[in-house]
Amino acid sequence: MPNDYLILTILVFIPLTGCLLLVPVWSRVEWARRIALGAALLDLVLACWVYAAAPAVIAGGGTLPGFFLWEDLPWIERFGIRYTLGMDGIALPMVLLTAFITVIAMLVSWRAIKERVTFHYFLILVMETGIMGVFLSLDLFLFYLFWEVMLIPMFFLIGIWGHGRRIYSAVKFFLFTLAGSLLMLLAIIGLYLIHGDQSGAYTFGLPALLHTQIASGASLWLFAAFLLAFAIKVPIFPVHTWLPDAHTDAPTAGSVILAALLLKTGAYGLIRFGYPLFPEAARTFTPLLYILGVIGIIYGSWVAFAQADMKRLVAYSSVGHMGFVVLGIAAWTPVALSGAVMQMVNHGVTTGALFALVGMLDERSGTRSIAAFGGLWGKAPVYSFFFLLFSLASLGLPGLNNFVGEFLVLAGVFRVSPIAACFAFVGVVVTLIYMLRLVQEVLFVGERTPLPLADISFREGIVLGVMGVTVIILGVYPAPFLDLVSMPVALLTGGGLP
Amino acid sequence: MFDNVWLIPLFPLIGFLINGLFGKAIKEEKVIGGIGALMVFCSFVVASMTLFKMISLPGHERVHNVTLFTWIKSGTFQADIAFLIDPLSCVMLMVVTGVGFLIHVYSIGYMHGEEGFYRFFAYLNLFTFSMLLLVMGNNLLLMFVGWEGVGLCSYLLIGYYFHKKSAGDAGKKAFVMNRVGDFGFLLGLFTLYWYMGSKHGIWTIQFTELAKHAELYPVGGVVTALTLFFFLGATGKSAQIPLYTWLPDAMEGPTPVSALIHAATMVTAGVYMIGRMNFLFIKAPETMMVVAIIGAATALFAATIGTAQNDIKRVLAYSTVSQLGYMFLAMGVGAFAAGIFHLMTHAFFKACLFLGSGAVIHSMHHALHHAHSHDDPQDMRNMGGLKSKMPMTFLTFLLATIAIAGIPGFAGFFSKDEILWQAFANPHHGTLNFALWGCGAIAAGLTAFYMFRLVFMTFFGDCRINPKCKDHLHESPMVIVFPLIVLAFLSVVGGYIGMPKIIGELLGGIPNYFEHFLAPVFEFSEEYVKSQAHATAHHSLVLEWGLMGVSVVIALVGISIAFVLYIASPSLPAKFTAAFPALHRAVYNKWYIDELYDFLFVNPCKALGNFLWKGFDVVVVDGIVDGVGKSVLGISAALKNLQSGYVHNYALSMALGVVVIIAFYLFR
Repeated sequence: MPNDYLILTILVFIPLTGCLLLVPVWSRVEWARRIALGAALLDLVLACWVYAAAPAVIAGGGTLPGFFLWEDLPWIERFGIRYTLGMDGIALPMVLLTAFITVIAMLVSWRAIKERVTFHYFLILVMETGIMGVFLSLDLFLFYLFWEVMLIPMFFLIGIWGHGRRIYSAVKFFLFTLAGSLLMLLAIIGLYLIHGDQSGAYTFGLPALLHTQIASGASLWLFAAFLLAFAIKVPIFPVHTWLPDAHTDAPTAGSVILAALLLKTGAYGLIRFGYPLFPEAARTFTPLLYILGVIGIIYGSWVAFAQADMKRLVAYSSVGHMGFVVLGIAAWTPVALSGAVMQMVNHGVTTGALFALVGMLDERSGTRSIAAFGGLWGKAPVYSFFFLLFSLASLGLPGLNNFVGEFLVLAGVFRVSPIAACFAFVGVVVTLIYMLRLVQEVLFVGERTPLPLADISFREGIVLGVMGVTVIILGVYPAPFLDLVSMPVALLTGGGLP
Repeated sequence: MFDNVWLIPLFPLIGFLINGLFGKAIKEEKVIGGIGALMVFCSFVVASMTLFKMISLPGHERVHNVTLFTWIKSGTFQADIAFLIDPLSCVMLMVVTGVGFLIHVYSIGYMHGEEGFYRFFAYLNLFTFSMLLLVMGNNLLLMFVGWEGVGLCSYLLIGYYFHKKSAGDAGKKAFVMNRVGDFGFLLGLFTLYWYMGSKHGIWTIQFTELAKHAELYPVGGVVTALTLFFFLGATGKSAQIPLYTWLPDAMEGPTPVSALIHAATMVTAGVYMIGRMNFLFIKAPETMMVVAIIGAATALFAATIGTAQNDIKRVLAYSTVSQLGYMFLAMGVGAFAAGIFHLMTHAFFKACLFLGSGAVIHSMHHALHHAHSHDDPQDMRNMGGLKSKMPMTFLTFLLATIAIAGIPGFAGFFSKDEILWQAFANPHHGTLNFALWGCGAIAAGLTAFYMFRLVFMTFFGDCRINPKCKDHLHESPMVIVFPLIVLAFLSVVGGYIGMPKIIGELLGGIPNYFEHFLAPVFEFSEEYVKSQAHATAHHSLVLEWGLMGVSVVIALVGISIAFVLYIASPSLPAKFTAAFPALHRAVYNKWYIDELYDFLFVNPCKALGNFLWKGFDVVVVDGIVDGVGKSVLGISAALKNLQSGYVHNYALSMALGVVVIIAFYLFR
């Protein structure tokens, strides 16, 4: 039933409400921390409740099939802008991931942030609202608005609390993002006008725009603009170079959110808007996506192999892992697309955890150079166990989460393009090589520099433990997740190839 | 019927969790080791019960699927957590849990006092769990889970002494080479799945379902391709040419690991996989030929390297590679039952040999340690004359050596001879048969030679160990000797359950129980197997006896040469190496294959990684971006405050966007 209880609105705006509550306690850091965490936790609980109740409300429906929660209110009627939110089986996992990762990001930076603490949490909460909005918006204007809301705080996070060349990295992030957003805005307006000319009804609503008949030339340009905007976020080779810098110089919480959530918005945009709006154009671009996806996987992994800085290594590994998502989307078959969605969540959890782990080392020792460590297995066994676990997940060990996603993507892609799948597998082998190198150099061999490295604290243990359990559950019993995704994926791909 | 089989993998998993989570707190070695061994013993008991139940069933009721829950389901793709219980998996279960249990017991003694004792047992249990998944999985993907799981445990256990760089490197090498093989496994899986699905509408990866439709597979073509893919996977896991070089390096791990993983169980997974999918392989004559050739070549090639190694474990490692070659030779000539039979007997005698060598190394290590000597405890040149110091170890080792050398009456003889005969007489490879048999026979001679060389250098002659250490050499405790005795016993008698037909007939019509038991597994290859039996029966008995005689003579010649060189006139080997320095150096250095791989693959990969990063990513792609960035930076410097300057720009751009909307709206 549309508009009932406005659950989605509440989901989106709980964090923003938390921001307002931060204002009165701005200088009382302990209070600010707790309020921020409370707001994030509340959002997580609500998201979990929605997941638990999903089967019961599944027939709720809006004007698009597959959506079980739907809110639609008029907003700026003069321009046909509406406030439309909707949730289906693809948005729900993303929302869960967002709520989950936000809590994690707050906990990992609990002690690391010493200056302007409240502002830090303020920005994270703003970002959560933005990301939630991106995953739930079904009106393109609203989507664009949330897209901007989510990006600006990240710029500040990197610029204020970052390390190293933080200004350079923040600016680079900003430039790429700006270029992408502007292109997307132009494309949105273009689509809006074309649709308006055709039907006489000017609207930004996705359900209506899906029926637009667009001349193939125009649709190619519009799709290209969307693709570039989303590709920057994913990131797809060769517009990925903002990512290693942004990741390396961002504070831990920033890296975690960046990797786990912001990258997903690009892929999500392609799945939700890019492909459905311009199916013909997307088909034309598919070979290019295959090529870029494969290059991303192999190239990202290979460059990761050459890194000396742990954080940069994990950052490049993101380029590789997201390449799988790109391939899964390019194939656009149920198996591959399910794999891509699963891989989005997997990458969020696994890479998020790896960034958190690297952040913990950085916090203790003040360095992220691989060559500085060694023999951690003897000194900090619990930490080392988690490091090994998430590394194994990242390299796609069966029984852990990433394997399921990668396998489905490969299986699905193999059906339509065996060559692409073969090349992607080369990336899998290289991934193994650089992850093993990381594990060996950091955990094993002898101690190289005497660093003060305490094992993990209780708070860190909770964070890593919860993420570890998630990694294992998603690997051993992904069936509920795949069930959730199966219907929207079937609707999007419209039957055809299995 | 077999509803409780899920207990078999569950026990080691529990052991892994207990020792992994609480082992550090438990501290007491006996408790940790006890739990580890007990859990595998429990599995062994359930596996034995399963086997007996299986034997009591008539032949056609011996294949069962036991499903626990749906694991991955997406579109038409479905993979369950489900087990396949049939005679083949029963045999494997007995080997894995039986030999595995003995090695767990042995490890309690061998690993005594090692740092991270609990970690060792946790890994060992995790390995057993993964191996059981591998052999019990009823579909390709679950098999793959076990396949990768054992690879992980192998990696962790090879690198058990993690402070040693060489150990870590060896583990990494093993894992990476296995991954290359996995590439093949997954490609095979995908090809098979999509081919059957799109062509015949049969969307399955379950073994029994796939076998049921055996008649749908075309001969050659796509089946050749996908079986070759699977075989690539097998070469990685089972250390065959070209992916064998990781196994000798894997000897960096503790010796029980070498016995369990790198001799008795994990490395045989490739053989098992081909046996499991025999219905596919028989449809691909070219693949069968490749398998046979690779197997025979590996058997011979690895045996040559084994003749010149001085590290006791390395000799055994190359021996393992060579023996695995025999198993693949068997698979390649369609003698599936014989291959699996050799897998089993090899598990007995090779585990015994490894554990025996471990006992020697253990004793050497303590003696050298006592004398503060830095001699290598694994180098046979430092040993000699140990038979009086370690009589039980010597006796069991000798029995296992006789078994592997192929002396009639011992386990290795029956299985190896069956393979050689089938290689010669099978109807599939025409004139190639003689070459296959020749490789196998020469390798058998080399095997006898290097194994007795090992025995002579280690246990006979003068004791060459540092004199200060001599008195500290002693027999190992019972917990180590007991598994040796059991395995030596099995090495002697294990062969009698699968005697070749002609010997059985000579002894009064004793059937080949083993082949008979496995028959239901190969039922879809019935025609193929029948033609095999027909062809081998077609040859005269004289020929079969004759070839058997030849292989026995070859083995005896190998032993004699070893005797002459290492007992009768020990100065000869040095003269020999002096006469052919280049040959000796090449063999001693393993034909420089590692160096070749480094040159061809490893170094270029490293260089490319560095180039892509520093040459391409930073210079080309980033250079363009920086150029743009700098020009913007220039403007913003004019706008003073960097951060707010950007937000200002940002707001401006958004405002611009809105203006554009309105402009379009008004002037369209």
